[in-house]
Amino acid sequence: MKIRFWGVRGSIPSPGPQTQRYGGNTTCIEVRGDDGTLIILDAGTGIFPLAQQLLGQLPIQTNVFLTHTHWDHIQGLPFFTPLYIPGNSVRIHGGYDIVSGRGIDQVMEVQLQYSYFPVREAEMNARIEYRTVAAGEPVNVGDVVVTPLLLNHPVVNFGYRVDCSGKSAFFTGDHEPWPNIYDPKDEEHPGYQQMIDQLQGQLDQALAGLDLMIADSSYTSSEYPTKVGWGHGTLEGSIHWARRLGVKTLVCTHHEPTRSDDALDKAFAQACATTGHRPDEPGVPRVLLAREGLELVL
Amino acid sequence: MPAFPRSVQRILELTRSINCLPKDIVAVIEKDPVMTMKIFKLINSAHYNLPNKITSIGQSVVYLGINTIKNLALGFAAAGILPRMNVDGFDVQRYLLHSLVVAGVARQLGGQFAKDEVDPGDCYVAGLLHDFGKVVSAQFLAAEFHRALEYSSEHSVPLHEAERLVIGVDHGVIGALLAKRWAFSELMVDLIRDHHDSSAPTSAALDCLRVADQVVRYNQIGDSGNPWRDSEPAAAPERFGEDIESLVVQMGSLDRIVAEARMFAQLANEG
Repeated sequence: MKIRFWGVRGSIPSPGPQTQRYGGNTTCIEVRGDDGTLIILDAGTGIFPLAQQLLGQLPIQTNVFLTHTHWDHIQGLPFFTPLYIPGNSVRIHGGYDIVSGRGIDQVMEVQLQYSYFPVREAEMNARIEYRTVAAGEPVNVGDVVVTPLLLNHPVVNFGYRVDCSGKSAFFTGDHEPWPNIYDPKDEEHPGYQQMIDQLQGQLDQALAGLDLMIADSSYTSSEYPTKVGWGHGTLEGSIHWARRLGVKTLVCTHHEPTRSDDALDKAFAQACATTGHRPDEPGVPRVLLAREGLELVL
Repeated sequence: MPAFPRSVQRILELTRSINCLPKDIVAVIEKDPVMTMKIFKLINSAHYNLPNKITSIGQSVVYLGINTIKNLALGFAAAGILPRMNVDGFDVQRYLLHSLVVAGVARQLGGQFAKDEVDPGDCYVAGLLHDFGKVVSAQFLAAEFHRALEYSSEHSVPLHEAERLVIGVDHGVIGALLAKRWAFSELMVDLIRDHHDSSAPTSAALDCLRVADQVVRYNQIGDSGNPWRDSEPAAAPERFGEDIESLVVQMGSLDRIVAEARMFAQLANEG
């Protein structure tokens, strides 16, 4: 299984000289199964350069798994050029939105409203299908199995565990480790914490034996207190989590859009120091910052 | 179905601020039977395929996140409010007061007398939802429900018996049908269905619920459309004894439960 990063930025594209090394496109990850099966995790603006590359491999069959429908994870979808070309087949998977009461089939219908985009979905010539996923129910695609797991974000967000030939990767999408909504002095605090611990335990169990974890690490732990409830994780939290799970490699992603490359390097070094992470220590995960063009082979 | 006036008002007030505290939103939703029912219905639906049935609003927040719950509550608020007085004389606010106090008393009974057998949180939710079938009848079978209320009062029979005669089923069955259809936990479906069925197998949670209902009606708090009758036998004599008065003494003051419920059930401008 091969994994390639096409977009690693959170919230909004951030092009410019300050973000040239890690990249300014929003989330998009290409996964290739051993038999060449193409899976795309999220359709942020990073899907556009991926589309350019795919134009040399037509016709394509692909399965796009959307973690959630916030703009930075779907913004590139109408610019995914293979959608316009007959002979291609694109299946879009994602969760049910409890607030709107609609499945993932609404994603482009909402995006492509006349005032906001010139082309209607009916004018796209590829074969387009939608599949609304359910938590824990695996989806088979070629030699790859994708399992959605419900995580924590202001909108319903599924992380995807991807298994292929005995290797496994997990992408959180946007995820904030469940915070306790009660003060420690509230009588409800311990009961709520117990529910959180149970849920975290179930998630950790579902992630057993992971080779690669790609985790939302938007903030540093010192920034986090003012961002509680925004739905994102921290560099330090992801490192702790990866160590606890015993994953082989952790890739931190969803970089804060205002963070320059230099600031990101600094925040990362600080997080490694705070968590006591030393790359040369035996048995600890390899920890990397996601950057556009980074390719990992499992 | 619209929610209760006070909770709609509170949700709209709270959500005006982007920094409203999640626990304040939870505190509103978990006091409104309609909002609670709707959230359980959505979260237990097949869409999320959760490993366990969700039986508390706290759990719903852990699974779906407070922002989703907040937006759901705003959606419920947009559906309007239940009219204060149903066209056929069913006072929904006094009903809400009854449900809230039964919830609080059932939770206390569970914690005080059956701690090892039940989750007091389940007792609370069962208390809040046990009479939900009445709201449904008052809203959608208004004429029949009105006749049942009249029959109960004229013939001095409990409301659930009058409902069985006039509507064909009692509010427990109606509430449980919905709870089952909406994939609530089996325990909750059983509690709602059986709370007036003397032949149903008993359990600690059912005992707490039935006795809480009696304690609240005995003290004439709120109005469930089914006033206390001195001829009523004790609901769970094996666990709580025959004498409801001495149980009330053992429980201590219910003032805090009643005051909180009263504050919530009534519209701010009605004091």
